Amino acid sequence: MKADPRGVLTGVHFIDGDHACCEGALAAGARFAAGYPITPSTEVVERFAARVPTVGGTFIQMEDELAASITLQGAVWGGAKAFTVTSGPGFSLMMEHIGYAAMTETPCVFVDVQRGGPSTGLPTLPAQADMMQARWGSHGDYEIIALCPNSPQECFDLTIKAFNLAEEFRVPVMFMMDEVVGHMTEKVVIPPADEIEVTPRRHTHKAVEDYLPYQTNGDMVPEMAHAGEGYRFHVTGLTHDERGYPNMTPQTQDKLVRRLQNKVRAATDRIAMFEEEQLEGADVVVVSYGITSRVAQRAIDVARERGMRVGKLRLITAWPFPENKIRELAAEVKAFVVPELNLGQMVREVERAADGRAKTYPVSHAGGGVHNPEEILRVIVEASRCR
Amino acid sequence: MPVKDVGLVDQGVVNPVEPFLRSDRMPHIWCPGCGIGTTVNCFARALIESKIDLQSLALVSGIGCTGRVAGYVKLDSFHTTHGRAIPFATGLKLANPKLNVVVYSGDGDLSAIGGNHLIHAARRNIDLKVICVNNLIYAMTGGQTAPTTPGHATTSTNPYGTFEPAFNLPHLVEAAGAVYVARWTTFHVRQLARSIGEAFQKKGFSFIEVISPCPTLYQRRNKMGDGLDTMKYYKEQSKTRHGAPTSEVGLTLKGEIIVGKFVDRDRPDYQTMMRAQYVEALGERFVEAPEMVCS
Repeated sequence: MKADPRGVLTGVHFIDGDHACCEGALAAGARFAAGYPITPSTEVVERFAARVPTVGGTFIQMEDELAASITLQGAVWGGAKAFTVTSGPGFSLMMEHIGYAAMTETPCVFVDVQRGGPSTGLPTLPAQADMMQARWGSHGDYEIIALCPNSPQECFDLTIKAFNLAEEFRVPVMFMMDEVVGHMTEKVVIPPADEIEVTPRRHTHKAVEDYLPYQTNGDMVPEMAHAGEGYRFHVTGLTHDERGYPNMTPQTQDKLVRRLQNKVRAATDRIAMFEEEQLEGADVVVVSYGITSRVAQRAIDVARERGMRVGKLRLITAWPFPENKIRELAAEVKAFVVPELNLGQMVREVERAADGRAKTYPVSHAGGGVHNPEEILRVIVEASRCR
Repeated sequence: MPVKDVGLVDQGVVNPVEPFLRSDRMPHIWCPGCGIGTTVNCFARALIESKIDLQSLALVSGIGCTGRVAGYVKLDSFHTTHGRAIPFATGLKLANPKLNVVVYSGDGDLSAIGGNHLIHAARRNIDLKVICVNNLIYAMTGGQTAPTTPGHATTSTNPYGTFEPAFNLPHLVEAAGAVYVARWTTFHVRQLARSIGEAFQKKGFSFIEVISPCPTLYQRRNKMGDGLDTMKYYKEQSKTRHGAPTSEVGLTLKGEIIVGKFVDRDRPDYQTMMRAQYVEALGERFVEAPEMVCS
C-alpha cells in the first residue's frame, strides 16, 4: 500500500541523518515512539516529538531504555507502528526487549546511532562497534534484520525499508546508523506519498474462533491481531505453541526457535541489499558499510588510479549477513579488505563466508573518528599483492 | 450433610467466572494455599459486577507467580518481561486509549525490578489499573528476599533473618501520584472485588495491593502455618481503616495489617494532560491521534 500522506514531508530538504530517519519513520506510518535521551541519537525523537502531534500520534519519553524498548511493543500490540531510538549504552539496556520482540514476533524498529564504546565511551563520536551486539545481544537463538545507511538520504529511504521488513517478517529491525551519518547534513529528497510503498501489518482476516496467534503457513510468519478486537489472544515470552500458550517442552522449543530463525534465514538473499561496483575482474574487493563506505570510496578511487583492480561491495543489509554474495566473490577474487570502525566485527563474517578461498584483511579503527583513506589504501595495496 | 448431586453439570450450569478463564490451560501452576487464584476470582467477579466489556479489556503481567495470571485469563493478555508490565501497558494504552488496561503482577516484579516504572507511571498518572499481589517474597524462584519482605523474616537469601527496611507500597505509590490506592488481603474477597470495581471507575493510575499467602515458602519458612492458618491470621490481625495515612500502613512480620481504601482523589490523567497541552500550544495544527490501527 501507499504511504499515508499526512506523514510524508514531500520536498527537497537539507537535513541531517537523525532528522531524515525521523521523516522516514513518519513516512513509513510510525505514529508511536518511546525514547530516552542519549547522544548522538536524541535528535530523531526530538523531531518526532515536534512533528507527531501535527500528524496524529504519540511520543512518550520514558524513564529509561528498558521502558522505552517495551513501551513501543505495547503500542504495536495496540495497533501502532512504533519504534525507539538510542545509542550504545541505551542499546545495551534494550537487549532484553529485542529478545522479547523476536520471541513474540512483534514488528518494530530499533534505531541505534552508534558511538564509541565500551560503556560510556565516546558519547559524541562515531563507531560501528555495535554490529555484533545488534545480531547477538539478547540471549538465546533468534534472527533479526539490520540495515546500515551511509547518508541522510538513506536514513530516510532505509528507515521506511526497516519498517517494511519488520512488518513483512514480524521481527525487530535494527537500524544501524553511526554518529557521522546521524549528524551529517545533506540533501534529502522526500518523494510524494503515492511513490512510497508501505508494507501493511499482517493482520489476520480469520474469524475469532479460527484464529491461532502463532499458526503459520508456508512463509513461516504468523498473522497478527491487536488488543481490543475480540480475539482475546495470549502473548508470552515463554516458549509457546500455536495457540500462544506456554509449552515448555524440547519439541515445542525446537519447532518455535527454528521457525524464528528460518523465517529470516530462508529469505536472506531476498533481504540482502548491497551496492556493488566493478566486482567483475576485481583482484581485491573492499567490503564496507555506513560512514566507512564513504571513506573507503576515496581509497578505492586512488587504488584504481594506480592501476589496481579493486571492486566495491557496500553492505546495506548487515544482518542476515549476505554470505552467498561473499561466497561467490571469494571464488573469483584474491582478497577482501574490510574497513570498519571497530576492532573486527563484520570482517569475521566475511572471513567465515570466504572460507579460505580468498584472504581477508581487516582495517580496524577503535572509533572516535573515521579512517584516514590512506590506511585503507595501504591494506588494499597489501591485499592486491597477496597470492 | 452429604453433598447431593443436583446435576448442575448436566444442566449446563457453569461457574460464573468460567467465561473469564482459559479453562483449557487448567490446572494452573499455583500451589495449594496460594492466594493468587483467590485474587483472580475476585477480579473476575469485579468484572461481572462492573459489566466491563471484555473485548476492550487487556491484561498485562510481568514475571513471577502472579505474572502467570495473564496466561489464565481469557482476555487479550500479555505476559511480558520481568518488571516491565507497566511500560508495556503504557504503550498499549497510549496506542489504543479505548482499552481498559489492567496490570496484574507481583510485589517483586512491580516494586523491585519494575520499581522505577511503577513510580513514573504513577507520576504520569497513566490510566492503568494495577493489581499487585504481595506475597512478601520471591516465590517463583524459591523464596528469596523481596523489597516487601518485612524485617526479621527468614528467606532463602536471608537465612538469618532480613534486616533491610521494606517498602510500604501504598505509601510509595501515593507519594508518586496514584489517584486510587487500596489494600486488602486474600481473606477480604468481597472488599477486594469492590475495590477492583471502583478502580475501573477511576481515570488514572490506580493501585490495589493484595496481601497474599505463600504457604510453600514464606509461611513455612517463618513458621506461620499453612494457607488456612494464614487466613485466620489475616482475619484476626487485619484492621480496616479507610483513609488511613499511608505512612502508617507499613507491614511487620506478624503484626497488624491495615487494610482499606487509603487514597481516592482526582487529577487529570496523562492522555488528558497531553491533549490539553497540544491543543493549547498547537491550536489548529494539532491533529487528534486517529485510531492507530494499521490494517
